[in-house]
Amino acid sequence: MTTETHSTTEHGMSNAGYVRIAGILAAITALEVATYYIDLGALFLPSLLIMMAVKFYIVVSFFMHLRYESKMFSWVFYAGLFLAMTVYGIFLATFHFFS
Amino acid sequence: MWFTLAENAVMTADSHADSHGAAHTSTGLSNNKLGMWLFLGSECLLFGGLISTYMLYRGRVGEGPRPSQVFDIPFTSVSSFVLLMSSLTMVLAVSAAHKGDDRNTYLWTTVTALLGATFVGGQVYEFTAFYNEGMGFTTSLFSSSFYVLTGFHGVHVTVGIIMLMSIVGIMKRSKVPGSKSETVEMIGLYWHFVDVVWIIIFTLIYLIPA
Repeated sequence: MTTETHSTTEHGMSNAGYVRIAGILAAITALEVATYYIDLGALFLPSLLIMMAVKFYIVVSFFMHLRYESKMFSWVFYAGLFLAMTVYGIFLATFHFFS
Repeated sequence: MWFTLAENAVMTADSHADSHGAAHTSTGLSNNKLGMWLFLGSECLLFGGLISTYMLYRGRVGEGPRPSQVFDIPFTSVSSFVLLMSSLTMVLAVSAAHKGDDRNTYLWTTVTALLGATFVGGQVYEFTAFYNEGMGFTTSLFSSSFYVLTGFHGVHVTVGIIMLMSIVGIMKRSKVPGSKSETVEMIGLYWHFVDVVWIIIFTLIYLIPA
C-alpha cells in the first residue's frame, strides 16, 4: 500500500496571519511584564500561568504548525510534555515544594 | 568545520531517507519530522528537570544575592521580546522555503540568526552583570541552578544559530539534497521549541518571585 507523506505546504496561514499571531504574543508578553509592576493580589500567579500556557499553545499550534499536522506529531510531543510535568510534579511534591 | 559537518549531516540524513523511503513511509508521515518531534518531546524532560531543580533551590541563596536583587526585569523583557520575534522571522523563512522563494528564505533565516545572536549577547551581558554583583556559579544553590538552566537554554539557542547559518551556506552552494523546505522546517521546529522553553523560563524564573 502506498501512502503519501503529509505535504508541508498544507499549513493554512498567510504571512500576514503570522504577523498577527506575533502581535498577539507580544501583547501577552507586555501583559505578563505588567503583572510584575501591578499588584494583582491572588490573581497574580494564576494570571501569569494562564498567559504562559496561552503563549506556549499559540507558538506550538501556529508557528510550529502542530494544529495543521498529523495527530501523531501532537501525541508524540504532548506525551513528552505530559510525562515531564507528571514526573517533575511528583519530584517537587516529594520535596514538599507545594506545601 | 561546522559548515562541513552540517553539510555532511544533511547529506547523510537525505541518503538515509532515500534508502528507507521517507516520502512513502508506513505511517504516511515524514520520518525526519517524526524524529524531530520525538526529539523535542524528549527535550521537555531535559528542561523539565532543570526547571524543577531551579524551583526547588531558588530560595536557597545562602549569603549570596536573592533573585529579586539581581534580576533586571526590563532588560530580560526586551530579550524575551527579541527571541519571540525571532520565532516570527523563522516562520516567515519556513513559509518562503515552502514557496520556493530562496531570496526571502535566506533573508529571514539570517534575520532569525541575528535576533538569536542578540538574545545570546544579552544573556552573556546578564551573566557578567550577575557575576559582578557577587553571584558566581558556586555562590549558592540558587545561582548554580539558575546558571545551569539558563546556560543550557543559551547553548540551545547557539546551536540553533549555527544550524541557521549552516543551512544558509549550504543553500547558497545549492547543495541541499532532497526537500529544501523540509530541512528549513526541521530547523524551524527546533528554533520555535527553544522559544517555547524561554516562554516558560521567563515566567517561572524571572516574573514569579521566590
